[in-house]
Amino acid sequence: MFRQASRLLSRSIAHQQPTKTQVAARAFSTDVSATPTEDSPFAQSWKKVIPHIDAPKTPSSYMKTRPPTASAIPTKLTVNFVLPYASQLSEKEVDMIIVPATTGQMGVLPGHVPTIAELKPGVMTVHEGTDVSKYFVSSGFAFIHANSVADVIAVEAVPVDHLDSNLVQKGLAEFTQKLGSASTDLEKAEAQIGVDVYSAMNSALTG
Amino acid sequence: MASTAAVPFWRSAGMTYISYSNICANIVRNCLKEPHKSDALAREKVHFTVTKWSEGKPEKPTTRSDDPDV
Repeated sequence: MFRQASRLLSRSIAHQQPTKTQVAARAFSTDVSATPTEDSPFAQSWKKVIPHIDAPKTPSSYMKTRPPTASAIPTKLTVNFVLPYASQLSEKEVDMIIVPATTGQMGVLPGHVPTIAELKPGVMTVHEGTDVSKYFVSSGFAFIHANSVADVIAVEAVPVDHLDSNLVQKGLAEFTQKLGSASTDLEKAEAQIGVDVYSAMNSALTG
Repeated sequence: MASTAAVPFWRSAGMTYISYSNICANIVRNCLKEPHKSDALAREKVHFTVTKWSEGKPEKPTTRSDDPDV
């Protein structure tokens, strides 16, 4: 049976000789040029029909282009730390950030390999020279790009000194008790989430 | 080939990531110190009305609100 395998495999590869429509129908986002392309096809066809009125702008023309990936590793990391209601850090140049990824505390330096990390409830620290600012992040994602830009998005993030340790202790005790008495899967999951978040806040306050 | 990635406990209990994330965020908000806590809870209040349509006609709208008067 496997005598034919190599023939069959090479035949299927040969059939998929890239045709013009199959290859690079869409460029990867990392390949898109850093400079905006002038005169997109839409603008050109608009000009042909209505030359005297300016073409309407498209959303992408309002966007700033992605900073290009430098060939040498930059000295600073550019951090965008955003929440649904506010932008805590916008294009801030820092030396390092440490994010609470689900796989553990992850340190990000300039020149970090591009990564997408899901965050667990925990403390995010931003190191700029000798200043360290700590935020407790409830959950979110961290996108680290090849050009040393890190986008951290969180649903809720507060400076650690805004947390009230009495409420945290009470909540931890309450949810630990709920975890013991939970019956359905969903209750157990909710109680477990509560225990995780409260213990993370606890270690943020005491650590 | 079945994916063998470990499933988080909340997903195996039937919860979506958004629910998980919102529960975490609510827990954190409820643990804030006073001026920040009331700001956060006020900011997260929602008030909306949903009208379902069937056969081209609207049904009775339902209002969901955190405003105590409604």
